[in-house]
Amino acid sequence: MSMWWRTIQLSIKSVLLHPLRSALTVLGIFIGVASVIWLLAMGEGIGKAAQEQIASLGALNIIVRTVKPSTDEVQDGSYGLTRSDYVRLVATIPTITKALPIRVLAQEFRYQTRSFEGRLVGCTPDYAEVTRLKLDQGRFLSDADLDHERNYCVLAAESANRLFPSGNSIGKDIMVDEQFYTVVGVMQPRAPSAGIGGSLAAEDYSKDVYVPITTLWRRIGDMIVVTKPGQFQRDWVEVSQITLQVAERDDVLRTADLVRTTIENEHSLPDYGVTVPLELLQQAETTRLMFILFLGLIAAISLVVGGIGIMNIMLATVTERTHEIGIRRALGAKRQDITRQFLIESTVLSLAGGLSGVIGGLFCRPLTLFLRDQLELWFPDQMSTLPELIRTMEPQLVSWSIPLAFVISLGVGILFGVYPALRAAQLDPIEALRHE
Amino acid sequence: MFADKPLAASISSLRKDYVLSGETVHALRGVSFDVPVGDFISIMGPSGSGKSTLLNLLGCLDRPTAGNYILGGDDVADMNDDELAETRARRIGFVFQSYNLLPALSVVENIEVPLYYSGQLNAATRARTLELAHLVGLESRLGHRPAQLSGGQQQRVAIARSLVNDPKFILADEPTGNLDSKTTGEILDLLKRLNSEGRTIIMVTHEPDVAEHTRRTIVLHDGKLQSDERR
Ligand SMILES: Nc1ncnc2c1ncn2[C@@H]1O[C@H](COP(=O)(O)OP(=O)(O)OP(=O)(O)O)[C@@H](O)[C@H]1O
Ligand SMILES: [Mg+2]
Repeated sequence: MSMWWRTIQLSIKSVLLHPLRSALTVLGIFIGVASVIWLLAMGEGIGKAAQEQIASLGALNIIVRTVKPSTDEVQDGSYGLTRSDYVRLVATIPTITKALPIRVLAQEFRYQTRSFEGRLVGCTPDYAEVTRLKLDQGRFLSDADLDHERNYCVLAAESANRLFPSGNSIGKDIMVDEQFYTVVGVMQPRAPSAGIGGSLAAEDYSKDVYVPITTLWRRIGDMIVVTKPGQFQRDWVEVSQITLQVAERDDVLRTADLVRTTIENEHSLPDYGVTVPLELLQQAETTRLMFILFLGLIAAISLVVGGIGIMNIMLATVTERTHEIGIRRALGAKRQDITRQFLIESTVLSLAGGLSGVIGGLFCRPLTLFLRDQLELWFPDQMSTLPELIRTMEPQLVSWSIPLAFVISLGVGILFGVYPALRAAQLDPIEALRHE
Repeated sequence: MFADKPLAASISSLRKDYVLSGETVHALRGVSFDVPVGDFISIMGPSGSGKSTLLNLLGCLDRPTAGNYILGGDDVADMNDDELAETRARRIGFVFQSYNLLPALSVVENIEVPLYYSGQLNAATRARTLELAHLVGLESRLGHRPAQLSGGQQQRVAIARSLVNDPKFILADEPTGNLDSKTTGEILDLLKRLNSEGRTIIMVTHEPDVAEHTRRTIVLHDGKLQSDERR
């Protein structure tokens, strides 16, 4: 064992004898190992973002939303999804197990002297479950509330806070659009859902007030009054969003196609959008694979180039040190001793590359984030055309990438060191001694 | 006096040919002699007469083209590469004409190299290394590199190194070739002391004065044994 230790010390010494040469030699391994760590970290980062999206949107969901078309396309001011769209979807597509119509309005809410601006969400009892909202106090809306178009409401955590800072809100009547609604429940806080680019913006649930959608239709109606300076406009929207759910993952894409054709037949205007989280997940998976493939290729090329570099320098070293090999053989070194010495030396080189590669790998996250910020600063237009997944990716270091880097560099050192080491060992002692 | 002693080494009809670009050089053309244990032999002869070639064969650094070499009862021809290395490490101390120290290692580390390859590097042998450094008068130069030493000092490191595995058979190729007369005297005294401890020594030299100090002188000429005289 002490012999191995001596040999390792010796190798480190002789590697340090030519610091620049050794540093240049390990550059390839450095890039290769750093790439491996980056690739794993980015793969993990993209994977994580995708996982979070699917968690917040639901892989079994298909989301159909009202999108406001440009004003000159709308003639009578009415656009978007309709109650009959909802009925038709539920009636014609058998794979749909749940369908949630939602109507969202910006509103002012008041209780005594307190007030705040928030979202009035007309919804159905399934809404809480499908958007993963959890109850804090009281109850959520019930089927009976919808059937009887009751003026009940449920407050999101922040909304409850605004109107009832002291807590107790159940049973109180709050005022919305000149009408009273009785609070029957309060929800727990929930992190905003991530936006997924293009069709679905990030959603903040904190300042919501939930009421039965039937009540909203009856009491508030479909009209949206838009006031802009010097302009007064009325729009009619029946449904803001319909979230559809199917039972099986396999049904999602087929159902989404049916949903698209069904709605397409009824709408002449581009006044709706269909978002399928599962499609996004698959897109994310493709992007992730591309990244991994790309970086994997870089890693493989660098490792081979780095290995060849090591082999090259080791062959030069063997030639340079032929006399030394002769001396060692003359003093009793066996062939295997010489093989070991040079093999350890190439491994030390390669491990040095691996170690610096690991350090380079640790900079993956800060460097990626910094680069992204800089790019966004200088090329905002080009950056916005990138897929959201890449723009929002946060590399996550994978813990086992470090032992992996160790194994890889060890492997490269041995693989590319064997030939020079065997050549060194095959030298004839007396010939080597005569070599100057 | 040596007639009844056991043999440290014995060579018979030893030949060595070198083939250089199709032409064969006969460096040794059948050399035979016995080396009793405890002998101190000087080998002389003109340049190119085969002295170094002979010493390399005796030192198991090279194999003869023909003939036999029995080292302490073992036929060297039967040894494989590893056994030859083992023999060089443990049984033979070799002092090269050109010192052959490892430039990256210190004096102590250079002396220790044979211990390293015979797997005997430990605290006890480290003490022996320091003792040898003292014996050759280098106790104040232990951490120096060969490049920081004079020729005579380097030669003494090489001698200490050849002794570190406590070999019974010491081969020295012109150990005093590059040294002044004072240093030459010191080295000769050292070799004599080692010989009086019972070690067998064979030394190549050009100088008759140096050969005077040995018990026996063998003269080679053109690859053949010319004379073999005991004092
Ligand atoms: N590796 C070799 N290849 C070819 N010829 C060699 C080789 N080694 C030695 N010779 C030849 O063998 C002969 C003997 O050489 P050797 O080195 O033994 O002489 P030497 O007696 O030691 O001479 P010197 O006193 O000059 O050291 C010489 O003619 C030399 O040219
Ligand atoms: Mg010679």
